Amino acid sequence: MPGFDFSNYNRNAALHARGVPLPKATSTGTTIVGCIFDGGVVIAADTRATSGPIVADKNCEKLHYISPQIWCAGAGTAADTEFTTALISSQLELHSLSTGRKPRVVTCMTLLKQHLFRYQGHIGAYLVVAGCDPTGTHLFTVHAHGSTDKLPYVTMGSGSLAAMSVFETQWKPQLSEEDAIKLASDAIMAGIFNDLGSGSNVDVAVITKDKTTLKRNFIRPNEKSAKLQSYAFPKGTTAVLNEKVIKKNDIGRYVTVEEVPLDEEKMDVDT
Amino acid sequence: MVGKDCVAIACDLRLGVQALTVSNNFPKIFQYGDVFLGLTGLATDVNTVSDVFRYKTNMYRLREERDIAPRTFANLVSSSLYERRFGPYFVSPVVAGLDPKTSKPFICGFDSIGCIDFAKDFIVSGTASEQLFGMCEGLWEPDMEPDALFETISQALLNAVDRDALSGWGAHVYIIEKDKVTKRLLKGRQD
Repeated sequence: MPGFDFSNYNRNAALHARGVPLPKATSTGTTIVGCIFDGGVVIAADTRATSGPIVADKNCEKLHYISPQIWCAGAGTAADTEFTTALISSQLELHSLSTGRKPRVVTCMTLLKQHLFRYQGHIGAYLVVAGCDPTGTHLFTVHAHGSTDKLPYVTMGSGSLAAMSVFETQWKPQLSEEDAIKLASDAIMAGIFNDLGSGSNVDVAVITKDKTTLKRNFIRPNEKSAKLQSYAFPKGTTAVLNEKVIKKNDIGRYVTVEEVPLDEEKMDVDT
Repeated sequence: MVGKDCVAIACDLRLGVQALTVSNNFPKIFQYGDVFLGLTGLATDVNTVSDVFRYKTNMYRLREERDIAPRTFANLVSSSLYERRFGPYFVSPVVAGLDPKTSKPFICGFDSIGCIDFAKDFIVSGTASEQLFGMCEGLWEPDMEPDALFETISQALLNAVDRDALSGWGAHVYIIEKDKVTKRLLKGRQD
């Protein structure tokens, strides 16, 4: 890990002091949940990414791959969740290759918390870590400052209160797989409809001892209705001042490729 | 913006310091092989970042003996921006191109710290991004032919920048097809 490049930091601080607005980072003002059931664990997320009040991406992916049997749901700064999970995924793969064992969820959670604690909360990744390993089924939350929780059902992100209200009213011990998927997606739906930072579709990942199933866009409650009429402009609507066409075939006129005979005239080599 | 077997990328031409216009011929779209990169934001960073990626794509071409693919380039942009997570370039890039193998359209956008937004319809960025979101959401349709795509992206851009005091002064539009690229200069308001 070469680490971060801070060479623009002082310049940016000076620019900011002179009134240049800092660029907005994409945030996943999110609802993410996780829930353990008999024989496995399910995590779910909504698919909205926001930049301030603007919906930046209507169908983004918030369920991140760590290893085949460990997946992570991410809330907070979108770039941070993406790169932190990718970094730990890589470290965990190398670790399991060198030990010859399957990666464990606690190992993943520890790597994540140590990485995030080192950056004192400046890396804004709020994660739900879930998976199955030889020691059993596990579900954790990891906060940006490095604190972790181990619970049978968890929620995170701006829609965490809406989602938790569903868990607190409907969760019971020893859920079946179907009931857990239903409960997790209902919790996400509560976030989608009651939290402004969450929206669009429900993504679900089900991890059991034997296999992982990623159900991308498991529920699509917010389909855009088809346009009944078209705004298509007739050809020639836009005034054009200048037009240049570059064809792939034309490039050959500017570049000539010559075969160089290989045997003759060998390059001089010091003896 | 994505069409049927084609993509389009467009930019305005203004360069300004707050409300003072300095230049009306400052293109913000750069071509690296068959991949196109649009950069909005702080002009010094637009220049720096475009040069950085010219260097990086040239090195890639020498090492791999082929042009960089749009998806590879998108990941290069993403990791290069995230490297400066705590001292970012003030740019929000847009990448457009056709996949060299499948010829499928590819577009994506980034925030200033490298979070990729993969969209299947359109990407907007810059000071007029809110206006552009509205225009594109209303005008875009799936499977547009290159001519229809040109009219749609041009009208979306021109009408959006007319409602943004900080953008405008003409526009460049690239329509990228499998075996040709058409670059057009649009007539836009000069106020």
